Amino acid sequence: MSTQSATAARLPRTVEQFMAYAYAMEVEAVERYTELADQMSTHHNREVSELFAKLARIEGKHRDQILARMNWRTPPETGVLRWETPEGPETTDYGELHYLMQPYHALKLAEHNERRAVEFFERFAAARVPAAVREAAREMAEEEREHVRLIQEWLARVPPPEPGWDEDMDPPAVAD
Amino acid sequence: MNDAAARLAPADYKSDVKPVWCPGCGDFGVVNALAKALAKLERRPEQVAVVSGIGCSSRIPAYLSSYGFHGVHGRALAAATGLKIARPDLTVIVTGGDGDGYSIGGNHFLHACRRNVDMTYIVMDNRVYGMTKGQPSPTTEPDWDSKLSPDGTGLREFQPMVIALASGANFIARAFTGDPNNLADVIVQAVRHPGFSFVEVLSPCITFRPEQKDWKKIVRGDALRPTSDVPRAARRMLRDTGFDLGVLYAGERAPYAPRRPRGRRAVADLEARFEI
Amino acid sequence: MTAGNMLLEAAARAGYYALMTRSSGPQIRGGEAAAMLRIACHPVECMEERFHILAAVDWEKVQRFNAEIPLLPDSLIVGDPDQGPPPEVFTAGGARQASLPLKKLAKAIPEGRANMVLLGYVAALLDLPEAAVVAAVEKTLGKRRTALAPSLAAVACGRGEATASGLHFPLAAPPPVTTPRWLITGNEAAGYGALKGGVRFAAAYPITPATELLEWLSPALAEVGGTLVQAEDELASINMVIGGSYGGVPALTATSGPGLALMVEALGLAVAAEVPLVVVDVMRVGPSTGIPTKSEQADLNIALHGLHGDAPHLVLVPNSVADCLRTTQWAVQLAESLQAPAIVLSDQFLGQARAVVDRPADQAGGAGRVVAEPASPGYRRYAVTPTGISPMAVPGTPGTAYTADGLEHGERGRPSSQAADHYAQLDKRKRKLDDWDYGEGWADVEGDLAAESAVITFGSCTGPVREGMARAAGDGLSARLVSLRLLSPLQPARLAAALAGVRRILVVEQNHTAQLYKYLRAECDLPGRLSSLHRAGALQFQPGEIHRHLVEWSQA
Repeated sequence: MSTQSATAARLPRTVEQFMAYAYAMEVEAVERYTELADQMSTHHNREVSELFAKLARIEGKHRDQILARMNWRTPPETGVLRWETPEGPETTDYGELHYLMQPYHALKLAEHNERRAVEFFERFAAARVPAAVREAAREMAEEEREHVRLIQEWLARVPPPEPGWDEDMDPPAVAD
Repeated sequence: MNDAAARLAPADYKSDVKPVWCPGCGDFGVVNALAKALAKLERRPEQVAVVSGIGCSSRIPAYLSSYGFHGVHGRALAAATGLKIARPDLTVIVTGGDGDGYSIGGNHFLHACRRNVDMTYIVMDNRVYGMTKGQPSPTTEPDWDSKLSPDGTGLREFQPMVIALASGANFIARAFTGDPNNLADVIVQAVRHPGFSFVEVLSPCITFRPEQKDWKKIVRGDALRPTSDVPRAARRMLRDTGFDLGVLYAGERAPYAPRRPRGRRAVADLEARFEI
Repeated sequence: MTAGNMLLEAAARAGYYALMTRSSGPQIRGGEAAAMLRIACHPVECMEERFHILAAVDWEKVQRFNAEIPLLPDSLIVGDPDQGPPPEVFTAGGARQASLPLKKLAKAIPEGRANMVLLGYVAALLDLPEAAVVAAVEKTLGKRRTALAPSLAAVACGRGEATASGLHFPLAAPPPVTTPRWLITGNEAAGYGALKGGVRFAAAYPITPATELLEWLSPALAEVGGTLVQAEDELASINMVIGGSYGGVPALTATSGPGLALMVEALGLAVAAEVPLVVVDVMRVGPSTGIPTKSEQADLNIALHGLHGDAPHLVLVPNSVADCLRTTQWAVQLAESLQAPAIVLSDQFLGQARAVVDRPADQAGGAGRVVAEPASPGYRRYAVTPTGISPMAVPGTPGTAYTADGLEHGERGRPSSQAADHYAQLDKRKRKLDDWDYGEGWADVEGDLAAESAVITFGSCTGPVREGMARAAGDGLSARLVSLRLLSPLQPARLAAALAGVRRILVVEQNHTAQLYKYLRAECDLPGRLSSLHRAGALQFQPGEIHRHLVEWSQA
């Protein structure tokens, strides 16, 4: 599915504009992982909550790295930016969560996010944009590939979920 | 208008109360979208009132930093109407679910569309009663099996957008929680549009309708283009799949206003009419 | 009806006190209708047990009113001989009869009407000054100038006939009018009292006999800067009122029994979320659809106990047409100060009776809502304060945003399922009402304050009870009268003080199951022996029957 909220006219023409997108991606990822950590914590899934919180911190580092690299003292405006997809490439879809999800699932989501980030930057690397932007995009794509590798290494250390991981003997409760 | 320092970020519109919705619930996208929309609209949180009824979606007021009113089942539109007419300076947003809005609240929905008071009504439609553990709602498919109505209700689904169009709502749109940015845009349009604005939001319930996770594969973004012509909008609805997203109708009815201008007489002046 | 109104107006202008009620058949127009008037030199709050004059334009189905129009041998029945004889139910008592060929007389006057001839005739029997009658006709017909001349001619004709008849029912000359007087209905008085109390928002759904209150309020509210919105049903109107009040604007609606039954869920919400509001219940005969056009006092149970859960709230009862203003105004003030819903139990008799009353005294203004200061740090909407009243934030105020909730909550308004929060909030909501100083308005305490007998009543029973007790006092039977105005929270200490030394108490009320009697017995330790005089509605108590009952009671 897609919603036409971005147009070709919005393609970044300068490295500044382009890196604003990269920055926005990280900011959104931090916010989303933080929110997901809260959701998991409310549902007593401490392991995954802590995992999301850690991912939030990692993305926070990426965000700060961009700020430092670009020498931005005040961050760029991110609210006006639009993605071609419903949300940023590294933003986990709310609908993918399950209160019994395992660390493996969370990492698979993170891996998916990082892959989408790679694809996003690769598209810019091949797009009709100024050379400086393409170069910046190539660099970012390479960084994101590294992130993918790190997540995959992390995944290798995490046991796959057992069958019946989403079975809950307790029926749903009513609150209202 | 406001300088950047005074402008608030979406995070400023969220309260510190953590939602208790099931992870995977579509309603998280609505809070996200509302916060973005209010930031874009530059309404101060204290100038906004969010009114709700009963149900999972009706918990939203507590999750925002604006003023909130969490009333009884089905009556949110009535409370919001009284609030907006008494306090036209406030931005009034009504939130709720398909059960609260189309079943017990159905009559008030009809008349709210007719009355066309300037407010925005966001219904999170998951085609089930979630809070009470999974009964069919007016928008549930006729053959959906449940404990309360085994083999399904057999009833034709309620058509909220058609009802809204027929009853006089001035702005009608359908959105999807899987695209919170688009939803935020629609909410901005809805709030800005004068009169009664109705946004039907497809919002999957992961717990009682897990199959709705597939909605993101079948919704059609931008399938509806706004018209101000009621018959055209009605004809468009004849082809509606239930998953067509976009603005169906943006009309030009004048919003509700008291028929008589508000006077300034002192109460004591009215006494003369009783004097002999 | 029109003639009745004009007679009332004429009596008012002539300096008399008066009371008019009406009764009609079920037809929307053209059905049988009766206007009942009582005219006196002193304030009157009820009808007597007999009418002196029964004057009829025709006798179509008039027997339906027979229970409401008792006659004695010295009563006079005036009728048009061409309409046939008066029904036997009226003549059986031996009343005198007079013939007045109304239709013929009216026909002789171009565009003359029979009821105007009758008006002139009756006014002359009573010795009402002609100028007062003419002024009343002019005021009522108002802009309909073409109808004025024929009407006045018809009135003059009737006056001539009365003079010629030699019949006479002269009223004593009224004492001079020294204080201003009003001509008003209870519904109008309640509406005006609401405005005086500060109401600036109302939501309305029509229902007999409350509709006129809302119809009076609608333009009046607009004149003073408020708004009334018509709702789709009572569920909407009460929730609209809650929304408007949550927004900071004192708000009200009016209804009758069936509407109140629909509203009780929302009233519970107003209790739980601590939102002020007033509902005026103009009581009619129940249960269910009942008799919409007749009066009864049978909504006590639902007003007091109709909310689910423990939901303390205010219930007030006006006891006369004029008292509808004071009590409704007070109800608004209390609701605002206590952040709670108030039910005002008026009734069809008070609501629709039109009376000449002394202008009600102005009341002190209420303190109003305690409102939160902007940006109060750590604002807690439902803070457990010593008075139980916590400042209420008005939407639009920065720094004090909160979510009002029907869910039980903690001090900050966050939903809570903790018993401790529930007990604390229940206690807060009850305490704020119980500890308030209601002053002297809780009841009217009158009569012989040393007497060992006491009569307790409320609402429109107060009029006939007052008059019946005055007659009994003339027989040497003295008693105290307590007409309760504040039914909830009940004031047991004040009641006990008013009844100190009493050995027997009679509770008088207009319902079938003695609701007030049972309520008092449940809530208070009353001294002495308690008896109940209760009868369902559709017929008001008369002073004579109260008098008789007091005599029997004194001998029991």
